[in-house]
Amino acid sequence: MSERIAWNEFIIGAIIRIAGFSTIGFVILIFAFLLQQGLPALNEVAPDNFLGTRWYPTFDLYGMMPLFLGSLLVTVTAILIALPLGISTAVYVREVAPQWAREILKPLIEVLAGIPSVVLGFFGMTVLAPFLRETLQLPTGLTAFTGALILAYMALPTMVSVAEDALDAVPKSYRDAALAMGATRWETIWRVSVPAARTGILTAIMLGIGRALGETMVVLMVTGNAARMPTTLGSLFLPVRTMTATIAAEMGEVAAGSVHYHVLFFIGILLFALTFLINLAAAPAILAKRRRGGLR
Amino acid sequence: MAKISVQQLNFFYGSKQVLADISLEIEDRKIMALIGPSGCGKSTFLRCLNRMNDTIAGARVEGKILLDGENILAPTLDVTRLRARVGMVFQRPNPFPQSVFDNVAFGPRILNTHKPKELPALVEASLRQVGLWNEVRDQLKQDALHLSLGQQQRLCIARALAVQPEALLMDEPCSALDPQATLEIEELMRTLREKYCIVIVTHNMQQAARVSDRTGFFWLGKMVEEDATAALFTRPRHTLTENYITGRAG
Ligand SMILES: Nc1ncnc2c1ncn2[C@@H]1O[C@H](COP(=O)(O)OP(=O)(O)O)[C@@H](O)[C@H]1O
Ligand SMILES: [Mg+2]
Repeated sequence: MSERIAWNEFIIGAIIRIAGFSTIGFVILIFAFLLQQGLPALNEVAPDNFLGTRWYPTFDLYGMMPLFLGSLLVTVTAILIALPLGISTAVYVREVAPQWAREILKPLIEVLAGIPSVVLGFFGMTVLAPFLRETLQLPTGLTAFTGALILAYMALPTMVSVAEDALDAVPKSYRDAALAMGATRWETIWRVSVPAARTGILTAIMLGIGRALGETMVVLMVTGNAARMPTTLGSLFLPVRTMTATIAAEMGEVAAGSVHYHVLFFIGILLFALTFLINLAAAPAILAKRRRGGLR
Repeated sequence: MAKISVQQLNFFYGSKQVLADISLEIEDRKIMALIGPSGCGKSTFLRCLNRMNDTIAGARVEGKILLDGENILAPTLDVTRLRARVGMVFQRPNPFPQSVFDNVAFGPRILNTHKPKELPALVEASLRQVGLWNEVRDQLKQDALHLSLGQQQRLCIARALAVQPEALLMDEPCSALDPQATLEIEELMRTLREKYCIVIVTHNMQQAARVSDRTGFFWLGKMVEEDATAALFTRPRHTLTENYITGRAG
Protein backbone atom coordinates (compact mmCIF):
# COMPACT_ATOMS: atom_id res chain seq x y z
CA MET A 1 0.00 0.00 0.00
CA SER A 2 2.54 2.57 1.14
CA GLU A 3 4.86 1.34 -1.61
CA ARG A 4 2.23 2.12 -4.23
CA ILE A 5 1.79 5.63 -2.86
CA ALA A 6 5.53 6.10 -2.93
CA TRP A 7 5.61 5.04 -6.60
CA ASN A 8 2.75 7.35 -7.52
CA GLU A 9 4.49 10.21 -5.76
CA PHE A 10 7.69 9.46 -7.60
CA ILE A 11 6.05 9.35 -11.03
CA ILE A 12 4.01 12.50 -10.49
CA GLY A 13 7.08 14.26 -9.16
CA ALA A 14 9.13 13.13 -12.14
CA ILE A 15 6.51 14.30 -14.67
CA ILE A 16 6.24 17.71 -13.05
CA ARG A 17 10.00 18.03 -12.94
CA ILE A 18 10.38 17.08 -16.61
CA ALA A 19 7.66 19.55 -17.60
CA GLY A 20 9.34 22.29 -15.62
CA PHE A 21 12.82 21.60 -16.94
CA SER A 22 11.66 21.26 -20.54
CA THR A 23 10.01 24.70 -20.40
CA ILE A 24 13.29 26.20 -19.27
CA GLY A 25 15.06 24.04 -21.83
CA PHE A 26 12.93 25.40 -24.68
CA VAL A 27 13.60 28.96 -23.61
CA ILE A 28 17.33 28.25 -23.65
CA LEU A 29 17.07 26.51 -27.04
CA ILE A 30 15.19 29.39 -28.58
CA PHE A 31 17.68 31.86 -27.18
CA ALA A 32 20.58 29.76 -28.47
CA PHE A 33 18.95 29.63 -31.92
CA LEU A 34 18.49 33.40 -31.85
CA LEU A 35 22.16 33.89 -30.97
CA GLN A 36 23.33 31.39 -33.57
CA GLN A 37 21.33 33.06 -36.34
CA GLY A 38 21.90 36.63 -35.26
CA LEU A 39 25.47 36.91 -34.02
CA PRO A 40 27.11 36.30 -37.44
CA ALA A 41 25.68 39.68 -38.43
CA LEU A 42 28.33 41.29 -36.21
CA ASN A 43 31.04 39.80 -38.42
CA GLU A 44 29.32 40.47 -41.69
CA VAL A 45 28.36 44.10 -41.12
CA ALA A 46 30.77 46.82 -40.04
CA PRO A 47 29.90 48.60 -36.75
CA ASP A 48 29.59 52.02 -38.40
CA ASN A 49 27.17 50.54 -40.90
CA PHE A 50 25.09 49.13 -38.03
CA LEU A 51 25.06 52.41 -36.17
CA GLY A 52 24.28 54.33 -39.33
CA THR A 53 21.09 56.16 -40.09
CA ARG A 54 20.18 54.42 -43.31
CA TRP A 55 18.33 51.13 -43.55
CA TYR A 56 18.50 49.96 -47.18
CA PRO A 57 19.16 46.19 -47.07
CA THR A 58 19.14 46.03 -50.88
CA PHE A 59 22.25 48.23 -50.91
CA ASP A 60 23.81 46.49 -47.90
CA LEU A 61 23.01 49.45 -45.68
CA TYR A 62 21.93 48.13 -42.28
CA GLY A 63 21.78 51.30 -40.16
CA MET A 64 19.56 50.34 -37.25
CA MET A 65 19.25 53.82 -35.72
CA PRO A 66 15.99 54.68 -37.50
CA LEU A 67 14.45 51.38 -36.37
CA PHE A 68 15.66 51.72 -32.81
CA LEU A 69 14.56 55.34 -32.54
CA GLY A 70 11.27 54.42 -34.23
CA SER A 71 10.57 51.80 -31.58
CA LEU A 72 11.64 54.23 -28.86
CA LEU A 73 9.46 57.05 -30.17
CA VAL A 74 6.35 54.90 -30.50
CA THR A 75 6.84 53.16 -27.14
CA VAL A 76 7.64 56.25 -25.10
CA THR A 77 4.73 58.17 -26.61
CA ALA A 78 2.39 55.27 -25.95
CA ILE A 79 3.46 55.08 -22.31
CA LEU A 80 3.22 58.86 -21.86
CA ILE A 81 -0.38 58.61 -23.05
CA ALA A 82 -1.24 55.41 -21.20
CA LEU A 83 0.35 56.25 -17.86
CA PRO A 84 -1.81 59.17 -16.69
CA LEU A 85 -4.91 57.53 -18.16
CA GLY A 86 -4.12 54.17 -16.61
CA ILE A 87 -3.35 55.53 -13.15
CA SER A 88 -6.40 57.76 -13.08
CA THR A 89 -8.62 54.95 -14.30
CA ALA A 90 -7.21 52.66 -11.59
CA VAL A 91 -7.74 55.37 -8.98
CA TYR A 92 -11.26 55.94 -10.24
CA VAL A 93 -12.16 52.25 -10.23
CA ARG A 94 -10.66 51.55 -6.84
CA GLU A 95 -11.19 54.76 -4.89
CA VAL A 96 -14.02 56.73 -6.42
CA ALA A 97 -16.46 54.53 -8.30
CA PRO A 98 -19.44 53.20 -6.34
CA GLN A 99 -19.47 49.46 -5.72
CA TRP A 100 -21.82 48.63 -8.61
CA ALA A 101 -19.76 50.59 -11.12
CA ARG A 102 -16.60 48.86 -9.92
CA GLU A 103 -18.17 45.46 -10.45
CA ILE A 104 -19.02 46.35 -14.05
CA LEU A 105 -15.77 48.17 -14.86
CA LYS A 106 -13.25 45.62 -13.61
CA PRO A 107 -14.30 42.71 -15.84
CA LEU A 108 -14.99 45.11 -18.71
CA ILE A 109 -11.43 46.42 -18.59
CA GLU A 110 -10.09 42.90 -18.52
CA VAL A 111 -12.19 41.97 -21.57
CA LEU A 112 -10.69 44.92 -23.45
CA ALA A 113 -7.30 43.25 -23.08
CA GLY A 114 -8.60 40.35 -25.15
CA ILE A 115 -9.29 42.26 -28.38
CA PRO A 116 -6.91 40.77 -30.99
CA SER A 117 -4.28 43.26 -32.05
CA VAL A 118 -5.04 42.72 -35.74
CA VAL A 119 -8.57 44.02 -35.10
CA LEU A 120 -7.15 47.10 -33.43
CA GLY A 121 -4.73 47.53 -36.31
CA PHE A 122 -7.61 47.33 -38.75
CA PHE A 123 -9.53 49.89 -36.73
CA GLY A 124 -6.43 52.09 -36.71
CA MET A 125 -6.07 51.92 -40.49
CA THR A 126 -9.67 52.49 -41.40
CA VAL A 127 -10.90 54.88 -38.71
CA LEU A 128 -8.14 56.44 -36.64
CA ALA A 129 -5.63 57.12 -39.44
CA PRO A 130 -8.09 58.93 -41.75
CA PHE A 131 -9.42 60.86 -38.77
CA LEU A 132 -5.93 62.03 -37.75
CA ARG A 133 -5.05 62.90 -41.34
CA GLU A 134 -8.15 65.09 -41.67
CA THR A 135 -8.00 66.82 -38.29
CA LEU A 136 -4.23 67.38 -38.17
CA GLN A 137 -3.89 68.05 -41.92
CA LEU A 138 -1.20 65.37 -42.31
CA PRO A 139 0.10 63.95 -45.60
CA THR A 140 -0.76 60.49 -44.28
CA GLY A 141 -2.58 59.19 -41.23
CA LEU A 142 -0.19 56.28 -40.83
CA THR A 143 2.20 57.84 -38.31
CA ALA A 144 4.15 57.11 -35.14
CA PHE A 145 1.42 58.92 -33.22
CA THR A 146 -1.31 56.70 -34.67
CA GLY A 147 0.64 53.64 -33.55
CA ALA A 148 1.31 55.13 -30.13
CA LEU A 149 -2.39 55.83 -29.59
CA ILE A 150 -3.37 52.26 -30.33
CA LEU A 151 -0.46 50.85 -28.33
CA ALA A 152 -1.48 53.05 -25.41
CA TYR A 153 -4.96 51.61 -25.67
CA MET A 154 -3.52 48.10 -25.76
CA ALA A 155 -1.29 48.70 -22.75
CA LEU A 156 -4.11 50.27 -20.74
CA PRO A 157 -6.07 47.21 -19.54
CA THR A 158 -2.99 45.51 -18.07
CA MET A 159 -1.78 48.74 -16.52
CA VAL A 160 -5.17 49.55 -15.03
CA SER A 161 -5.67 46.06 -13.74
CA VAL A 162 -2.24 45.77 -12.12
CA ALA A 163 -2.36 49.31 -10.70
CA GLU A 164 -5.85 48.68 -9.38
CA ASP A 165 -4.70 45.50 -7.64
CA ALA A 166 -1.84 47.46 -6.12
CA LEU A 167 -4.17 50.18 -4.83
CA ASP A 168 -6.53 47.53 -3.54
CA ALA A 169 -3.70 46.02 -1.50
CA VAL A 170 -2.98 49.30 0.31
CA PRO A 171 -4.18 48.69 3.86
CA LYS A 172 -7.26 50.62 4.95
CA SER A 173 -5.33 51.65 8.06
CA TYR A 174 -3.15 53.99 5.94
CA ARG A 175 -6.19 55.77 4.56
CA ASP A 176 -7.73 55.98 8.02
CA ALA A 177 -4.55 57.52 9.41
CA ALA A 178 -4.54 60.22 6.73
CA LEU A 179 -8.25 60.98 7.01
CA ALA A 180 -7.97 61.17 10.80
CA MET A 181 -5.38 63.93 10.45
CA GLY A 182 -7.73 66.05 8.39
CA ALA A 183 -6.67 64.98 4.90
CA THR A 184 -9.36 65.17 2.25
CA ARG A 185 -10.24 62.14 0.18
CA TRP A 186 -8.06 63.37 -2.71
CA GLU A 187 -5.11 64.17 -0.50
CA THR A 188 -5.41 60.69 0.94
CA ILE A 189 -5.45 59.13 -2.53
CA TRP A 190 -2.52 61.08 -3.99
CA ARG A 191 -0.31 61.33 -0.94
CA VAL A 192 -0.94 57.99 0.75
CA SER A 193 -2.64 55.37 -1.43
CA VAL A 194 -0.81 55.99 -4.70
CA PRO A 195 2.68 56.27 -3.10
CA ALA A 196 1.99 53.18 -1.01
CA ALA A 197 1.09 51.32 -4.19
CA ARG A 198 4.18 52.57 -6.03
CA THR A 199 5.90 49.20 -6.50
CA GLY A 200 2.76 47.76 -8.05
CA ILE A 201 2.29 50.84 -10.20
CA LEU A 202 5.91 50.62 -11.35
CA THR A 203 5.31 47.01 -12.31
CA ALA A 204 2.26 48.15 -14.27
CA ILE A 205 4.39 50.67 -16.16
CA MET A 206 7.03 48.05 -16.96
CA LEU A 207 4.41 45.64 -18.21
CA GLY A 208 2.99 48.42 -20.35
CA ILE A 209 6.40 49.21 -21.85
CA GLY A 210 7.04 45.55 -22.53
CA ARG A 211 3.68 45.25 -24.26
CA ALA A 212 4.22 48.33 -26.41
CA LEU A 213 7.82 47.49 -27.31
CA GLY A 214 7.08 43.94 -28.37
CA GLU A 215 3.83 44.60 -30.23
CA THR A 216 4.15 43.95 -33.95
CA MET A 217 0.84 43.68 -35.77
CA VAL A 218 -0.53 47.09 -34.87
CA VAL A 219 2.65 49.02 -35.62
CA LEU A 220 3.07 47.15 -38.88
CA MET A 221 -0.44 48.16 -39.89
CA VAL A 222 -0.64 51.78 -38.75
CA THR A 223 2.80 53.41 -38.48
CA GLY A 224 3.51 53.68 -42.19
CA ASN A 225 6.77 51.69 -42.02
CA ALA A 226 9.11 54.27 -43.49
CA ALA A 227 12.60 53.66 -42.11
CA ARG A 228 13.46 57.31 -41.67
CA MET A 229 15.23 58.95 -38.75
CA PRO A 230 12.74 60.50 -36.30
CA THR A 231 14.94 63.49 -35.48
CA THR A 232 12.46 66.24 -34.68
CA LEU A 233 9.31 66.32 -32.59
CA GLY A 234 7.36 66.60 -35.83
CA SER A 235 8.48 63.06 -36.66
CA LEU A 236 5.76 61.93 -34.30
CA PHE A 237 3.27 62.82 -37.03
CA LEU A 238 5.20 61.14 -39.84
CA PRO A 239 5.59 57.47 -40.70
CA VAL A 240 8.21 55.52 -38.75
CA ARG A 241 9.35 51.96 -38.72
CA THR A 242 9.91 49.96 -35.56
CA MET A 243 12.24 47.03 -34.94
CA THR A 244 9.39 44.55 -34.63
CA ALA A 245 7.69 45.72 -37.81
CA THR A 246 10.98 45.41 -39.71
CA ILE A 247 11.43 41.79 -38.73
CA ALA A 248 7.82 40.93 -39.53
CA ALA A 249 7.78 42.71 -42.86
CA GLU A 250 11.12 41.52 -44.19
CA MET A 251 11.65 38.07 -42.74
CA GLY A 252 9.38 36.42 -45.30
CA GLU A 253 11.37 37.76 -48.23
CA VAL A 254 14.99 37.22 -47.29
CA ALA A 255 17.09 34.20 -48.25
CA ALA A 256 17.91 32.04 -45.24
CA GLY A 257 21.55 32.47 -44.23
CA SER A 258 22.03 35.78 -46.04
CA VAL A 259 23.47 38.84 -44.36
CA HIS A 260 20.05 40.51 -44.29
CA TYR A 261 18.65 37.38 -42.64
CA HIS A 262 21.32 37.44 -39.94
CA VAL A 263 20.74 41.12 -39.31
CA LEU A 264 17.01 40.57 -38.80
CA PHE A 265 17.83 37.94 -36.20
CA PHE A 266 20.26 40.33 -34.62
CA ILE A 267 17.43 42.85 -34.24
CA GLY A 268 15.52 40.06 -32.53
CA ILE A 269 18.40 39.66 -30.08
CA LEU A 270 18.32 43.38 -29.38
CA LEU A 271 14.58 43.27 -28.72
CA PHE A 272 15.05 40.32 -26.44
CA ALA A 273 17.80 42.15 -24.54
CA LEU A 274 15.67 45.29 -24.20
CA THR A 275 12.68 43.36 -22.88
CA PHE A 276 14.98 41.52 -20.51
CA LEU A 277 16.41 44.80 -19.20
CA ILE A 278 12.93 46.18 -18.64
CA ASN A 279 11.95 43.11 -16.68
CA LEU A 280 15.18 43.43 -14.75
CA ALA A 281 14.28 47.02 -13.91
CA ALA A 282 10.93 45.82 -12.59
CA ALA A 283 12.54 42.97 -10.67
CA PRO A 284 13.36 44.86 -7.46
CA ALA A 285 9.73 45.95 -7.31
CA ILE A 286 8.51 42.43 -7.88
CA LEU A 287 10.96 40.97 -5.36
CA ALA A 288 10.02 43.57 -2.77
CA LYS A 289 6.41 42.69 -3.36
CA ARG A 290 7.15 39.02 -2.70
CA ARG A 291 9.04 39.83 0.48
CA ARG A 292 6.12 41.78 1.84
CA GLY A 293 3.72 39.10 0.73
CA GLY A 294 1.63 41.10 -1.70
CA LEU A 295 1.47 43.84 -4.28
CA ARG A 296 1.66 47.21 -2.68
CA MET B 1 -17.20 73.89 30.59
CA ALA B 2 -16.25 70.42 29.41
CA LYS B 3 -14.00 70.20 26.36
CA ILE B 4 -16.25 67.60 24.75
CA SER B 5 -19.87 67.24 25.70
CA VAL B 6 -21.82 64.29 24.31
CA GLN B 7 -25.59 64.57 24.58
CA GLN B 8 -28.06 61.76 23.98
CA LEU B 9 -26.03 60.10 21.28
CA ASN B 10 -27.56 57.28 19.25
CA PHE B 11 -25.65 55.47 16.56
CA PHE B 12 -26.74 53.02 13.86
CA TYR B 13 -24.98 50.82 11.32
CA GLY B 14 -27.83 50.57 8.84
CA SER B 15 -30.79 49.45 10.91
CA LYS B 16 -28.65 48.04 13.71
CA GLN B 17 -28.41 50.33 16.72
CA VAL B 18 -24.95 50.19 18.25
CA LEU B 19 -25.00 53.11 20.69
CA ALA B 20 -28.06 54.16 22.66
CA ASP B 21 -28.62 57.42 24.51
CA ILE B 22 -25.05 58.14 25.54
CA SER B 23 -24.28 61.32 27.43
CA LEU B 24 -20.81 62.13 28.65
CA GLU B 25 -18.77 65.17 29.67
CA ILE B 26 -15.06 65.00 28.86
CA GLU B 27 -12.77 67.53 30.59
CA ASP B 28 -9.74 69.18 29.05
CA ARG B 29 -6.32 68.07 30.33
CA LYS B 30 -7.77 64.90 31.75
CA ILE B 31 -7.69 61.30 30.63
CA MET B 32 -11.03 59.63 30.10
CA ALA B 33 -10.88 55.84 29.82
CA LEU B 34 -13.66 53.81 28.21
CA ILE B 35 -13.87 50.15 29.17
CA GLY B 36 -16.28 47.35 28.39
CA PRO B 37 -16.49 43.97 26.71
CA SER B 38 -15.57 43.80 23.05
CA GLY B 39 -18.36 44.64 20.62
CA CYS B 40 -20.11 46.97 23.08
CA GLY B 41 -19.49 50.03 20.91
CA LYS B 42 -16.40 51.69 22.42
CA SER B 43 -14.61 52.13 19.08
CA THR B 44 -17.77 53.31 17.41
CA PHE B 45 -18.24 55.91 20.13
CA LEU B 46 -14.64 57.09 19.82
CA ARG B 47 -14.99 57.38 16.05
CA CYS B 48 -18.04 59.62 16.54
CA LEU B 49 -15.83 62.17 18.27
CA ASN B 50 -13.83 62.87 15.08
CA ARG B 51 -16.54 61.75 12.68
CA MET B 52 -14.47 58.90 11.29
CA ASN B 53 -17.71 56.96 11.02
CA ASP B 54 -18.63 59.27 8.14
CA THR B 55 -16.45 57.03 5.97
CA ILE B 56 -18.70 54.02 6.61
CA ALA B 57 -21.66 53.62 4.27
CA GLY B 58 -24.95 53.32 6.12
CA ALA B 59 -23.66 54.82 9.37
CA ARG B 60 -26.12 57.22 11.02
CA VAL B 61 -25.84 59.28 14.15
CA GLU B 62 -28.36 61.18 16.29
CA GLY B 63 -27.83 63.57 19.17
CA LYS B 64 -25.22 66.21 19.83
CA ILE B 65 -21.50 66.31 20.38
CA LEU B 66 -20.18 69.71 21.43
CA LEU B 67 -16.50 70.53 21.07
CA ASP B 68 -15.89 73.79 22.94
CA GLY B 69 -19.62 74.37 22.65
CA GLU B 70 -19.84 73.85 18.87
CA ASN B 71 -21.91 70.93 17.59
CA ILE B 72 -19.55 68.80 15.53
CA LEU B 73 -22.38 66.67 14.18
CA ALA B 74 -23.78 69.65 12.30
CA PRO B 75 -23.91 68.77 8.59
CA THR B 76 -22.27 72.07 7.67
CA LEU B 77 -19.20 71.41 9.81
CA ASP B 78 -15.81 71.19 8.06
CA VAL B 79 -14.86 67.61 8.90
CA THR B 80 -11.20 67.95 7.88
CA ARG B 81 -10.86 70.92 10.25
CA LEU B 82 -12.49 68.88 13.04
CA ARG B 83 -10.10 65.97 12.49
CA ALA B 84 -7.13 68.30 12.62
CA ARG B 85 -8.39 69.46 16.04
CA VAL B 86 -9.16 65.97 17.32
CA GLY B 87 -6.31 63.55 16.60
CA MET B 88 -6.59 59.78 16.59
CA VAL B 89 -4.26 56.89 17.39
CA PHE B 90 -5.27 53.46 16.18
CA GLN B 91 -5.25 49.97 17.59
CA ARG B 92 -2.45 48.71 15.38
CA PRO B 93 0.42 51.10 14.70
CA ASN B 94 -0.19 52.39 11.17
CA PRO B 95 2.72 54.54 10.05
CA PHE B 96 2.77 55.25 6.31
CA PRO B 97 5.34 53.28 4.29
CA GLN B 98 7.37 56.46 4.05
CA SER B 99 10.32 57.87 5.95
CA VAL B 100 10.11 58.68 9.66
CA PHE B 101 10.38 62.37 8.80
CA ASP B 102 7.67 62.29 6.14
CA ASN B 103 5.35 60.49 8.53
CA VAL B 104 5.56 63.23 11.13
CA ALA B 105 5.52 65.99 8.51
CA PHE B 106 2.48 64.54 6.74
CA GLY B 107 -0.20 66.46 8.62
CA PRO B 108 1.53 69.87 8.63
CA ARG B 109 2.25 69.46 4.91
CA ILE B 110 -1.29 68.74 3.79
CA LEU B 111 -2.82 71.23 6.20
CA ASN B 112 -0.24 73.86 5.23
CA THR B 113 0.32 74.89 8.82
CA HIS B 114 4.08 75.28 8.48
CA LYS B 115 6.58 76.52 5.94
CA PRO B 116 8.90 73.83 4.57
CA LYS B 117 11.87 75.30 6.45
CA GLU B 118 9.98 75.11 9.74
CA LEU B 119 9.27 71.42 9.34
CA PRO B 120 12.54 69.97 10.72
CA ALA B 121 12.06 71.83 14.01
CA LEU B 122 8.43 70.73 14.24
CA VAL B 123 9.32 67.11 13.47
CA GLU B 124 12.02 67.17 16.13
CA ALA B 125 9.70 68.73 18.70
CA SER B 126 6.97 66.17 17.99
CA LEU B 127 9.40 63.27 18.22
CA ARG B 128 10.80 64.66 21.47
CA GLN B 129 7.28 64.93 22.85
CA VAL B 130 6.85 61.18 22.50
CA GLY B 131 10.37 60.39 23.66
CA LEU B 132 11.41 59.02 20.29
CA TRP B 133 13.87 61.67 19.17
CA ASN B 134 16.99 60.13 20.65
CA GLU B 135 16.11 56.72 19.25
CA VAL B 136 15.40 57.81 15.68
CA ARG B 137 17.38 61.04 15.18
CA ASP B 138 19.79 59.18 12.87
CA GLN B 139 17.04 57.29 11.04
CA LEU B 140 14.79 60.16 9.97
CA LYS B 141 15.21 59.22 6.31
CA GLN B 142 14.55 55.53 6.84
CA ASP B 143 11.31 53.75 6.16
CA ALA B 144 9.16 53.95 9.29
CA LEU B 145 8.20 50.30 8.91
CA HIS B 146 11.73 49.36 10.07
CA LEU B 147 11.01 50.61 13.59
CA SER B 148 9.83 48.29 16.34
CA LEU B 149 6.08 48.14 16.95
CA GLY B 150 6.38 50.19 20.12
CA GLN B 151 8.41 52.84 18.29
CA GLN B 152 5.90 52.78 15.43
CA GLN B 153 3.05 53.48 17.82
CA ARG B 154 4.94 56.39 19.40
CA LEU B 155 5.69 57.63 15.89
CA CYS B 156 1.96 57.56 15.15
CA ILE B 157 1.35 59.59 18.28
CA ALA B 158 4.03 62.07 17.20
CA ARG B 159 2.41 62.25 13.78
CA ALA B 160 -0.92 63.07 15.40
CA LEU B 161 0.70 65.67 17.68
CA ALA B 162 2.45 67.40 14.76
CA VAL B 163 -0.98 68.53 13.59
CA GLN B 164 -1.25 70.31 16.97
CA PRO B 165 -4.61 68.91 17.99
CA GLU B 166 -6.56 69.85 21.09
CA ALA B 167 -7.78 66.36 21.86
CA LEU B 168 -6.38 62.89 21.27
CA LEU B 169 -8.49 59.76 20.76
CA MET B 170 -6.70 56.46 21.38
CA ASP B 171 -8.35 53.18 20.46
CA GLU B 172 -6.64 50.38 22.40
CA PRO B 173 -3.25 51.88 21.52
CA CYS B 174 -1.30 49.19 23.36
CA SER B 175 -3.14 46.05 22.32
CA ALA B 176 -0.46 45.16 19.73
CA LEU B 177 2.48 46.01 22.00
CA ASP B 178 4.61 44.11 24.50
CA PRO B 179 4.48 45.03 28.22
CA GLN B 180 7.57 47.25 28.08
CA ALA B 181 6.29 49.26 25.11
CA THR B 182 2.89 49.44 26.82
CA LEU B 183 4.47 51.02 29.90
CA GLU B 184 6.27 53.54 27.71
CA ILE B 185 3.01 54.58 26.07
CA GLU B 186 1.29 54.89 29.45
CA GLU B 187 4.16 57.02 30.73
CA LEU B 188 3.80 59.17 27.62
CA MET B 189 0.07 59.57 28.19
CA ARG B 190 0.73 61.01 31.63
CA THR B 191 2.91 63.73 30.14
CA LEU B 192 0.49 64.43 27.29
CA ARG B 193 -2.31 64.86 29.80
CA GLU B 194 -0.80 68.22 30.74
CA LYS B 195 -1.61 69.65 27.33
CA TYR B 196 -4.39 67.61 25.74
CA CYS B 197 -7.81 66.23 26.38
CA ILE B 198 -7.37 62.45 26.00
CA VAL B 199 -9.92 59.71 25.48
CA ILE B 200 -8.58 56.17 25.57
CA VAL B 201 -10.45 52.96 24.82
CA THR B 202 -8.95 49.95 26.51
CA HIS B 203 -9.98 46.43 27.32
CA ASN B 204 -7.23 46.35 29.93
CA MET B 205 -8.76 47.44 33.22
CA GLN B 206 -5.41 47.78 34.96
CA GLN B 207 -4.42 50.19 32.26
CA ALA B 208 -7.56 52.26 32.77
CA ALA B 209 -6.90 52.27 36.51
CA ARG B 210 -3.24 53.24 36.02
CA VAL B 211 -3.59 56.14 33.62
CA SER B 212 -7.06 57.66 33.66
CA ASP B 213 -8.77 60.33 35.73
CA ARG B 214 -12.26 59.17 34.92
CA THR B 215 -13.59 55.91 33.52
CA GLY B 216 -16.76 55.11 31.62
CA PHE B 217 -18.13 51.59 31.46
CA PHE B 218 -19.90 50.54 28.26
CA TRP B 219 -22.22 47.56 28.02
CA LEU B 220 -24.16 46.59 24.90
CA GLY B 221 -24.13 50.07 23.45
CA LYS B 222 -25.10 51.85 26.66
CA MET B 223 -22.98 53.71 29.13
CA VAL B 224 -23.78 52.00 32.37
CA GLU B 225 -21.64 54.10 34.64
CA GLU B 226 -19.10 56.92 34.53
CA ASP B 227 -17.15 58.13 37.51
CA ALA B 228 -13.75 59.13 38.85
CA THR B 229 -11.50 56.17 38.08
CA ALA B 230 -10.67 55.39 41.70
CA ALA B 231 -14.34 55.47 42.64
CA LEU B 232 -15.47 53.34 39.72
CA PHE B 233 -12.95 50.63 40.45
CA THR B 234 -13.40 50.58 44.24
CA ARG B 235 -17.08 51.43 44.68
CA PRO B 236 -18.96 50.63 41.46
CA ARG B 237 -22.60 51.63 41.73
CA HIS B 238 -23.93 49.07 39.26
CA THR B 239 -23.80 45.30 39.54
CA LEU B 240 -22.95 45.11 35.82
CA THR B 241 -19.88 47.27 36.41
CA GLU B 242 -18.93 45.32 39.50
CA ASN B 243 -19.26 42.01 37.70
CA TYR B 244 -17.16 43.27 34.82
CA ILE B 245 -14.32 44.75 36.85
CA THR B 246 -14.15 41.75 39.13
CA GLY B 247 -13.96 39.50 36.11
CA ARG B 248 -17.31 37.78 36.56
CA ALA B 249 -18.61 38.94 33.16
CA GLY B 250 -17.32 39.98 29.76
N1 LIG C 1 -18.50 48.96 9.93
C1 LIG C 1 -19.43 48.30 10.65
N2 LIG C 1 -20.58 47.91 10.07
C2 LIG C 1 -21.54 47.26 10.79
N3 LIG C 1 -21.42 46.94 12.08
C3 LIG C 1 -20.30 47.31 12.72
C4 LIG C 1 -19.24 48.00 12.04
N4 LIG C 1 -18.24 48.22 12.93
C5 LIG C 1 -18.67 47.70 14.11
N5 LIG C 1 -19.87 47.14 13.98
C6 LIG C 1 -20.66 46.50 15.05
O1 LIG C 1 -20.93 47.46 16.04
C7 LIG C 1 -20.79 46.91 17.34
C8 LIG C 1 -19.80 47.73 18.14
O2 LIG C 1 -18.51 47.59 17.58
P1 LIG C 1 -17.25 48.36 18.12
O3 LIG C 1 -17.60 49.79 18.27
O4 LIG C 1 -16.11 48.03 17.26
O5 LIG C 1 -17.07 47.70 19.57
P2 LIG C 1 -15.82 47.69 20.53
O6 LIG C 1 -14.82 48.67 20.05
O7 LIG C 1 -16.37 48.01 21.87
O8 LIG C 1 -15.29 46.29 20.52
C9 LIG C 1 -20.36 45.47 17.15
O9 LIG C 1 -21.52 44.66 17.29
C10 LIG C 1 -19.85 45.42 15.75
O10 LIG C 1 -20.11 44.16 15.18
MG1 LIG D 1 -12.80 48.32 19.37
